[in-house]
Amino acid sequence: MAKIIVVTSGKGGVGKTTSSAAIGTGLAMKGHKTVLIDFDVGLRNLDLIMGCERRVVYDFVNVINKEATLSQALIKDKRTKDLYILPASQTRDKDALTPEGVEEVLNELSKDFEYIVCDSPAGIERGAQMALYFADVAIVTTNPEVSSVRDSDRILGILQSKSRRAEQGLSPIEEHLLVTRYNPERVSEGEMLSVADVEEILAIPLLGVIPESEAVLKASNQGTPVILDTQAVAGQAYADAVERLLGEQRPLRFTDVQKKGFFKRLLGG
Amino acid sequence: MSDNDFRLKGSVVTTVLLEVKSPNLEQIELGLKEKIAQVPQFFNQAPLIIDISQCSLSLAQFQGLISLCRELGLAVIGWRAADDAIPAWRQDCQLPLLPNANSRQINIKSETPAPAKDPHVVIKTVVEEREVSQPTKMITKPVRSGQQIYSSGDLVVLSQVSAGAEVLAEGNIHIYGALRGRALAGVKGDTSARIFCKNMEAELVAIAGNFMLSDALQKIIWKDAAQVLLVDETLEIASL
Repeated sequence: MAKIIVVTSGKGGVGKTTSSAAIGTGLAMKGHKTVLIDFDVGLRNLDLIMGCERRVVYDFVNVINKEATLSQALIKDKRTKDLYILPASQTRDKDALTPEGVEEVLNELSKDFEYIVCDSPAGIERGAQMALYFADVAIVTTNPEVSSVRDSDRILGILQSKSRRAEQGLSPIEEHLLVTRYNPERVSEGEMLSVADVEEILAIPLLGVIPESEAVLKASNQGTPVILDTQAVAGQAYADAVERLLGEQRPLRFTDVQKKGFFKRLLGG
Repeated sequence: MSDNDFRLKGSVVTTVLLEVKSPNLEQIELGLKEKIAQVPQFFNQAPLIIDISQCSLSLAQFQGLISLCRELGLAVIGWRAADDAIPAWRQDCQLPLLPNANSRQINIKSETPAPAKDPHVVIKTVVEEREVSQPTKMITKPVRSGQQIYSSGDLVVLSQVSAGAEVLAEGNIHIYGALRGRALAGVKGDTSARIFCKNMEAELVAIAGNFMLSDALQKIIWKDAAQVLLVDETLEIASL
């Protein structure tokens, strides 16, 4: 049985798709056969971040409607072994996702894959509920600002009440907090919530802190998951998060203000 | 794990209490018939408790009294005796012995014999208002934004109540974490209800409809342990 991971947040634009791409890629790099599913029907983005937009022929909704088989719709990643992408449909809306259809696809994928990473759309409506309903693990992506934190809190309530595990009285979904777009300088100036603040409000274990980084935007535009950029702090932070997701211990990095060196200050770097 | 099949609840039923003052069954029968004739609908299958605390009866007399009552259309549901004079035949009468209502009436036996015109039977309608305690609801996980929890008794939250969440109770509310959302105690009007929390950061607190918003709370106690109580229709926030 595959482990179903949902990357969710409630709020839009916090980095769900970037995180899904990075974590899915990271799991595959560790040798775990992984599939990334884009649940954002109508606002398909994951294919762009993964750089496979030109190879999309069939999509998730086609598979649900039996217009295509899973193997026809799955796109094999060119860079990373053991990584596949199931893109969303751009021409349909979220009502195309039926619980029975989604369950069937997930059951089918469970036979072949170790990890199924579901990239949730923003909001708390049907699309988001479908993405989280079958999850075993939730990665709650949160920016260090109050509205994002509150929306994450809301989504945690939905995970606890409207998921399959909650409805069937199984052990609850494993919840992880992923703080993205973290800027230690702005935290120290009081413009941003600190990791400790976010942890205190949401009261779930911390999976990782991804620093705000130009590399993320660059990677998105190039269609490369940022985790492949081993030079960038964001890529390294995602790699740490993947290790922690797999049960390893990793110290938290990139959460303190970097002291600028003498030359850097001199050169205004 | 389904509670749908049945529910156990406390309930208060109005019953008729028959206080027996003499073992004279013929007199009782006459008196009862007279009373029943006045309001027959009221007595038809009325639940009846026989109280023999003022008069001792033998088992035979007691059973005679029961069958007499049943013939007259009363539904005997139990009996009572003085706590210090429970008859030895209590197990043999096939009827539940009910506890005495606490301190309802103190009968001082008068030394003078009762006047002859006193009826042998006194029929009283007794409404027993016993407080039936509602179960406490226990929440072990954080109450998240958008969630609402209601308890018909007390409410205990072992975790936090997030901003945008709402907890309501007819009784007291205890929160062993931060209260960042709304807490409303005594929602059915219990002015003695209180709210206790380990860390007061509430959006709103209310007791029996009297509320206070976070702006006002911040000036009194903020991010500290606090209790909220109602004193003369005014909310008071006190440290714990």
